[in-house]
Amino acid sequence: MSEQHYESERVVAVTGVGGTVDLGTDGTETPAKAPGGPGGPGGPGPRGRPRSLWSDAWRDLRRNPVFIVSGLVICFLVLISLWPSAIASGSPLECDLAKAQEGSQAGHPFGFDGQGCDVYTRTVHGARTSVAVGVCATLGVAVLGSVLGALAGYFGGVWDAVLSRVTDVFFAIPVVLGGLVLLSVITSNTVWPVIGFIVLLGWPQIARIARGSVITVKQNDYVQAARALGASHTRLLLRHIAPNAVAPVIVVATIALGTYIALEATLSYLGVGLKPPSVSWGIDISAASPYIRNAPHALLWPSGALAITVLAFIMLGDAVRDALDPKLR
Amino acid sequence: MRGATHARWAVCAVAVALAATACGGGSGSGGTGAVLSASWGDPQNPLEPANTNEVQGGKVLDMIFRGLKRYDPETGEAKDMLAERIETSDSQNYTVTVKDGWTFSNGEKVTARSFVDAWNYGANLKNNQRNAYFFGYIEGYDEVHPEDGGEQRADTLSGLKVVDERTFTVRLSQKFSGFPDTLGYNAFAPLPRAFFDDHDAWVRKPVGNGPYLVDSYARGSQMSLRTWADYPGPDKARNGGVDLKVYTDNNTAYTDLMAGNLDLVDDVPAAQLKNVGNDLGDRYLSTPAGIIQTLAFPYYDENWNRPGMEKVRRGLSMAIDRKQITDTIFRKTRTPATDWTSPVLGEDGGFKADLCGEACAYRPEEAKRLIAEGGGLPGGRVTLTYNADTGSHREWVDAVCNSINNALDDERACTGNPVGTFADFRNQITRQRMTGPFRAGWQMDYPLIQNFLQPLYYTNASSNDGKWSDKEFDDLVDRANQETDVTRAVGLFQQAEEVVRDRMAAIPLWYQNGSAGWSERLSDVRLNPFSVPVYDQIKVS
Amino acid sequence: MGRYVVRRLLQMIPVFAGATLLIFLMVNVMGDPIAGLCGERRCDPATAARLRAEFGLDKPVWQQYLTYMGNVFTGDFGTAFNGQEVTELMSTAFPVTLRLTLIAILFEVVIGITLGVVTGLRRGRPVDTGVLLFTLVVISVPTFVTGLLLQLLLGVKWGWIRPSVSSEAPLDELLLPGLVLASVSLAYVTRLTRTSIAENRRSDYVRTAVAKGLPRRRVVTRHLLRNSLIPVVTFIGADVGFLMGGAIVTERIFNIHGVGYQLYQGILRQNTQTVVGFVTVLVLVFLVANLVVDLLYAVLDPRIRYV
Repeated sequence: MSEQHYESERVVAVTGVGGTVDLGTDGTETPAKAPGGPGGPGGPGPRGRPRSLWSDAWRDLRRNPVFIVSGLVICFLVLISLWPSAIASGSPLECDLAKAQEGSQAGHPFGFDGQGCDVYTRTVHGARTSVAVGVCATLGVAVLGSVLGALAGYFGGVWDAVLSRVTDVFFAIPVVLGGLVLLSVITSNTVWPVIGFIVLLGWPQIARIARGSVITVKQNDYVQAARALGASHTRLLLRHIAPNAVAPVIVVATIALGTYIALEATLSYLGVGLKPPSVSWGIDISAASPYIRNAPHALLWPSGALAITVLAFIMLGDAVRDALDPKLR
Repeated sequence: MRGATHARWAVCAVAVALAATACGGGSGSGGTGAVLSASWGDPQNPLEPANTNEVQGGKVLDMIFRGLKRYDPETGEAKDMLAERIETSDSQNYTVTVKDGWTFSNGEKVTARSFVDAWNYGANLKNNQRNAYFFGYIEGYDEVHPEDGGEQRADTLSGLKVVDERTFTVRLSQKFSGFPDTLGYNAFAPLPRAFFDDHDAWVRKPVGNGPYLVDSYARGSQMSLRTWADYPGPDKARNGGVDLKVYTDNNTAYTDLMAGNLDLVDDVPAAQLKNVGNDLGDRYLSTPAGIIQTLAFPYYDENWNRPGMEKVRRGLSMAIDRKQITDTIFRKTRTPATDWTSPVLGEDGGFKADLCGEACAYRPEEAKRLIAEGGGLPGGRVTLTYNADTGSHREWVDAVCNSINNALDDERACTGNPVGTFADFRNQITRQRMTGPFRAGWQMDYPLIQNFLQPLYYTNASSNDGKWSDKEFDDLVDRANQETDVTRAVGLFQQAEEVVRDRMAAIPLWYQNGSAGWSERLSDVRLNPFSVPVYDQIKVS
Repeated sequence: MGRYVVRRLLQMIPVFAGATLLIFLMVNVMGDPIAGLCGERRCDPATAARLRAEFGLDKPVWQQYLTYMGNVFTGDFGTAFNGQEVTELMSTAFPVTLRLTLIAILFEVVIGITLGVVTGLRRGRPVDTGVLLFTLVVISVPTFVTGLLLQLLLGVKWGWIRPSVSSEAPLDELLLPGLVLASVSLAYVTRLTRTSIAENRRSDYVRTAVAKGLPRRRVVTRHLLRNSLIPVVTFIGADVGFLMGGAIVTERIFNIHGVGYQLYQGILRQNTQTVVGFVTVLVLVFLVANLVVDLLYAVLDPRIRYV
């Protein structure tokens, strides 16, 4: 029953993934190579340069409205992370308890939180920490997890046994315990220990996904063909397996980005994350959560900001994935 | 609601089996026989009287034990319960006579020996009792419980002697006129022989002499207590029993109360206080309890102990807008503190409203000036240390810091410093690692002004976490303890408290209330000064 | 295949030893737990020393570990600070959590995969956007809030369910907690399935199957889904452990005295015996779940073989 699928897979390998099948040539990366070189059925690249999957993807991306929109949102987030005062002049630490939980009013469009701080100012100023934690931790987790997972999945055998069992040990560490032990000894009041901690405990998840994905992809005929043609391990992994195995990693990583931003708050609430007075969406969301019945607005705005960030990255991930998938062209 | 009917039948069955008391309506003394369910937390230590130092275990002990004295649920006054008389001529040697006719619920008589054995057990180092220090006033404590790590030289307290079946004598190692009033504390409860003979079985299902008996105890989830029909005391339970249900979170208990699955919640979550009126109407209560929150200072740290710092401490106190914080964050379930004791003591007991005076009032300008005069905050900063795991301290610490920062016009003058776990927090305190003020809460053991001052501010006292030391204070406390006349003793304690004020040894923040919400089935719900519901008085319809 | 399983089972031994040692050391590094046992006052040194001896904390760490492991092999997992045996705690906590986890996994599989297939086949349509919005809500609103609101709405306002779970924790009471617990994972499962489906939908074997005239339903379930499940299965396999050990918030809101709650309490009270005991069992769950996932790979994709 299962044989028939894979028979047709070979067809995919020859036609669909075109560019990647021809591996005998190393030239695809250097512009010096002759135009119209050994490209796939797709023919030569736009600038006379042979098309690699990655450059194809980039060309696709630039034309994808989803990518443009998400890129703009991310740029905006980065800008307000760097210069929050540009759109929120007040101080996020200026709080007047007399105004606690009050709704929106002139000059304070989002109202006040439980401590009487301006929700708008705090949401804008919270971007820096939250975006930094979300993006850096996700990148770290994705890179470390993908590399280790891919190695385990690709080489199998002893590599797999050792790497996977190390993954298992890391899986076993409860986040709360890890946080209390590893972060409580650190006195630095920057986001880096928090990011490092999330990477340390977060990579096993991505590693598992990447490993599973690589195990499937490496069975594909075009990979076997490339191997038969003598492609090196690095080349096989980077040029043939990675583009086809990356989709699940992107999906998990983009969603995880949001959960990491929330995790920062959990750590801060345990007393081991960022030391007060720090401002982040996660901290504000946690603080507002118990008061959901009385002051939902204090939860709404930081949560909304988090949602938009996650949305932007999910869209970005989707666009990148689509661009990497030749079948969608 | 269906559950409640079931429970009622079950109780009737139990009650009938025990003493054939009337069930349903019409019973004069025993109430209607209906059982109420109440929220509970898992006790942190084994349920032994001298080993229970937190309120959840205390609740149960309060229901299944009666001691020589009992604190009046209303006034907090220590009244004789099992004690017929406690006599002394010198405030050091006491003769205790136990009332006749009391038994444990297993039928064993409560005698002088029940007390002496229990106290000896509690004091004995070998038994690892967390509250052993309560017996520290009794002569011979050093030998059964050498605190310095020396060899234990005796198994029983030399100061305790059984005279006859109903009489025993207590000799203290120093004069202490308030001693009889401390005897209402759970640690002084009598214990039946069963406790010593089959200890494991007893801990699984404790047997006491109070108005309730333990029907079943499923560790970690529920304890069912039923009215003891033959209870000999005057405070017979007015309901059929109480099912204490362990909740993982007080907010869940509150939701269950709203849904009609629970009758009584004795800790309304702060986040719900604003909704209590809507949710429960007048089925809500908030009454003062013997709890005060303060900020203590590390006097072992040079920075906080140099001359002039008392002005800084006073300034910090005046920079805290207590009223605003108690109104907004705590929704008036806490009251701004104006002395270092608690209103539950009453005027006669030593509570003196406004003993703190100006120093506890919100005067931002004055605060700024005083701090500057005293040489400023050490390094221009102050951190308030608290533990982040229990009781949502973060909110009020942030509010206190905001208040100080606003008064000082410096956004970063004061910051909170959360510590991950309570154990770690306590470790840092005992190892003297604090570098700034830290959270200190005090729940009284017994309603005496002595209990609010001596353990906290006397040189090297057990809860003097900041290691404050003042000769004048110590002398006044010593004199007060030796004073046999209550009024004069209280006067001396208040003088000692004034020393605390003048040096601003700790910043008093607020008095804490106990709170409770209940279902439509209940009436006559009250909280005692220890913020524990008076279960035996509750009527269930 | 058989040899592979045996080899994997043997590999569990070093992981087991490594994980327990690591957790043991971590709890030890947290410091002395005794100070937290005496309330807001200093434990008197003599009692503290006695308590330390009672819990074996006065010995060097390596000796504590060896004694502990020795006891574990005889079935003695030690006692918690309240005098309760850890085995007793585990025997009440694990069955409840297991039920909760199964329900959560069931939701992930049924709802997650269904939504994933639907959105994967209808990319960009309203249903896809709707699911995306749901994903965003689930990620950006804390479980605490969703749990609380659902509890108030379904439990108090409409009275459909009991807001809290009773100590017996029957399956029907665990439905809502299971859904809340599964919510974030649902988002992952849905999007993973969606992406896989979208990717494989244009594969030639699907086209072939359609061209052969197979019914659409059969194409989707037999051909498309089967080949799209590997990342989903991987995720769910890894999620089992998280759901069992990390349901701290869900268990707290719904009054479930399960593994997450007990483990959290054990960690906060720095009780080595509780924490190591629970984690030990969790590690075994992880290992078995991973093994099952790896074996499932071979079922889903016969090209993958284990020798």
